[in-house]
Amino acid sequence: MALSTSTGLGAAPAADDGTGKPGAVPAAPRRGRRPRLRLPRSPKVLIGLALILVFLVVAVFGSTLAPYDPSRTFSLTESFPLPPSAHHLLGTTQQQQDVLSQLLVGTRSTVLVAFIAGMIATILSVVIGVTAGYQGRLADDVLSMLANFFLVLPALPLLIVIFGFLKTNQGGHDLLIGVVIALTGWAWGARVLRAQTLSLRNRDYVDAARISGERSWRIITFEIMPNLVPIMAASFLFTVLYAVGTYTALAFLGLVNPNHWSWGSELFYAQVAGGVSAGYWWLFIPPGLAVALLGTALALVNFGIDEFINPRLRADGVSRRRARRARRAGRTALPRRFVLGVTPVVRPEVPETAGGAPPGQRPVADLITTDHGKTRRGRRGSGQPGSGL
Amino acid sequence: MKVLGRRLTFYLVVAIAAITVDFLLPRVLPGNPVDAVLSHMQGATVTKASLQALKEQFGGDTKTGVAGQYVHFWHGLFTGQLGVSTSEGMAPVTAVIRGALPWTLGLVGLATLLSFLLGTLIGVLVAWRRGTWLDQLLPITTFFQAAPYFFLAFLAIDLFAVKLGWFPSEGARGITDFPALNWTYASDVLYHAVLPAATIVIASAAGWIVGMRNVMVTTMDEDYVLIAQAKGLPKKRVIWYAARNAILPSVSSFSLAIGFVVSGALLTEVVFSYPGLGFILLTAVQQADYSLLQGIFLVITLAVLIVNLIADFVYVFLDPRTRQEA
Repeated sequence: MALSTSTGLGAAPAADDGTGKPGAVPAAPRRGRRPRLRLPRSPKVLIGLALILVFLVVAVFGSTLAPYDPSRTFSLTESFPLPPSAHHLLGTTQQQQDVLSQLLVGTRSTVLVAFIAGMIATILSVVIGVTAGYQGRLADDVLSMLANFFLVLPALPLLIVIFGFLKTNQGGHDLLIGVVIALTGWAWGARVLRAQTLSLRNRDYVDAARISGERSWRIITFEIMPNLVPIMAASFLFTVLYAVGTYTALAFLGLVNPNHWSWGSELFYAQVAGGVSAGYWWLFIPPGLAVALLGTALALVNFGIDEFINPRLRADGVSRRRARRARRAGRTALPRRFVLGVTPVVRPEVPETAGGAPPGQRPVADLITTDHGKTRRGRRGSGQPGSGL
Repeated sequence: MKVLGRRLTFYLVVAIAAITVDFLLPRVLPGNPVDAVLSHMQGATVTKASLQALKEQFGGDTKTGVAGQYVHFWHGLFTGQLGVSTSEGMAPVTAVIRGALPWTLGLVGLATLLSFLLGTLIGVLVAWRRGTWLDQLLPITTFFQAAPYFFLAFLAIDLFAVKLGWFPSEGARGITDFPALNWTYASDVLYHAVLPAATIVIASAAGWIVGMRNVMVTTMDEDYVLIAQAKGLPKKRVIWYAARNAILPSVSSFSLAIGFVVSGALLTEVVFSYPGLGFILLTAVQQADYSLLQGIFLVITLAVLIVNLIADFVYVFLDPRTRQEA
């Protein structure tokens, strides 16, 4: 998991540029009506959400679903890990424990730590980022300095030193680990939120609220915060992603009690058993793949939020299939690919059935962009509506 | 230059803060590092002087007090005395780090540079050919981005070292090879570096691809790109103009990325038993070798800060606007 800075890069300037999407940053949220946030209904987001849901379910019911006790030793005579069989669907470890059970039980700790860290870090980043952006001056200088300090400090080496001294080997401290990871993971979100708050603070509607005598806390909670929700969500997902990787890494290094089952501790045992060079793939593929899948799911949803914040990031308004369908229906199909992005030049291909389509039968914007405007798109194959955030 | 001065001051402050954190950690956190270290020194004779030195280093009742220990810590830093490593046969920490640092610098430095160049290039390409099959690259890169480095390292070893036997699965050089300035040794080192380096490149390139693609897509909507194309400039020139501007955020986000890459690279070293900083870091953790732990943390942090500083300098050099503001 390298950087996922995409939100930070494109978001702030793009939020209020000419694309004029009322959904992303409502010019003036009306009183009593919360702005509705809808993720683009792209398959990416749906797959991501579905995967996250699966992991959450396993996290809650993992111990019930697990066929065996993950610490139970099945054979005292066997000294090598056994490959997957009917009894042990994912094989056994060197200690003759069931890998599948460990995987299922270990999900809880991993997901729990990740979400604790994500939640705490998001709260921290909102408090610090919004304060810095709204207050400005000294508070901004001090808080930005703090955030930048944590940004440039390499987090994992710091965590390794901390956990090296902490001796968490005695028990599973999910909460403690989550808090410590959160302390190193809030800075990115704070920086992005600060930038966005800064730009929102000088909008006319905020000025209007201030002049009409609203208190600071009210302006922040009701005028500014609603517009930060997509960025908060992105920063939350990013931190969860970061925490999954970091927790797994720490457990993999044996810095967390290895008997407290998590995906990282499984990888720790796989490494200890020399599972890689011996070709015991069932020891390291399942937990590693689980980490990668959960991470991918989080990143996919994050992409969706990115595209929500900055509509220009969308892969393309018109897919091949859609273009073909449009052509078959006798309409002017928009080009599959815009040479220069979405807005400036729209050069419709002349369809083979020349002159067949009355242009403008469908508004261009309706085809290109997705679901921001009030106009509803026609039903497409994509199925369920995008879930609310 | 004013901007550079400001950045330099910032990094200096961060460095001082990081060193202070390094000093404070063993004192603030629960547990007694002195006892832990002593328990790992069973072979060596513990004199009164060395016990005193340990207390100076990790906190404990000494005549000088915490302030004196802090001064002592800085003094040791400047004179290159970071204590002795209990896990490496009481060798000085500086010597242990000096032995491991070149491996990490070579491997991680090259791999990071390569992944930045490759990732940026691919990102430009994906953005330019938006809507084609290249878009399918994005979900795939997401997967590599989300997978832990060491998991990719596992896969790489399993596939290319164990199953196919193309590359060695561990170490930085053959056992029989001794350092020499000849082709045999150099090629052996390179041969051993292929898999770990490829792992780091693949894992970290994804971030650059996505970042570059996203900015590039936004940049391509700018008027000057439209004009460049309207003038009939060759496609390559237009891409070059757009990419030149789109790369700036990638450079400025380097600081965020480099921490992740270094962290991931350390774990990759662990999996490959590559004798760099990551590998001795693991030994230090397992053997409760706190002096070494502190020393490695310092070296990594300072290295990351220096890389950040360089990235900032490059940014100022690339973007004339930052120079005008000053």
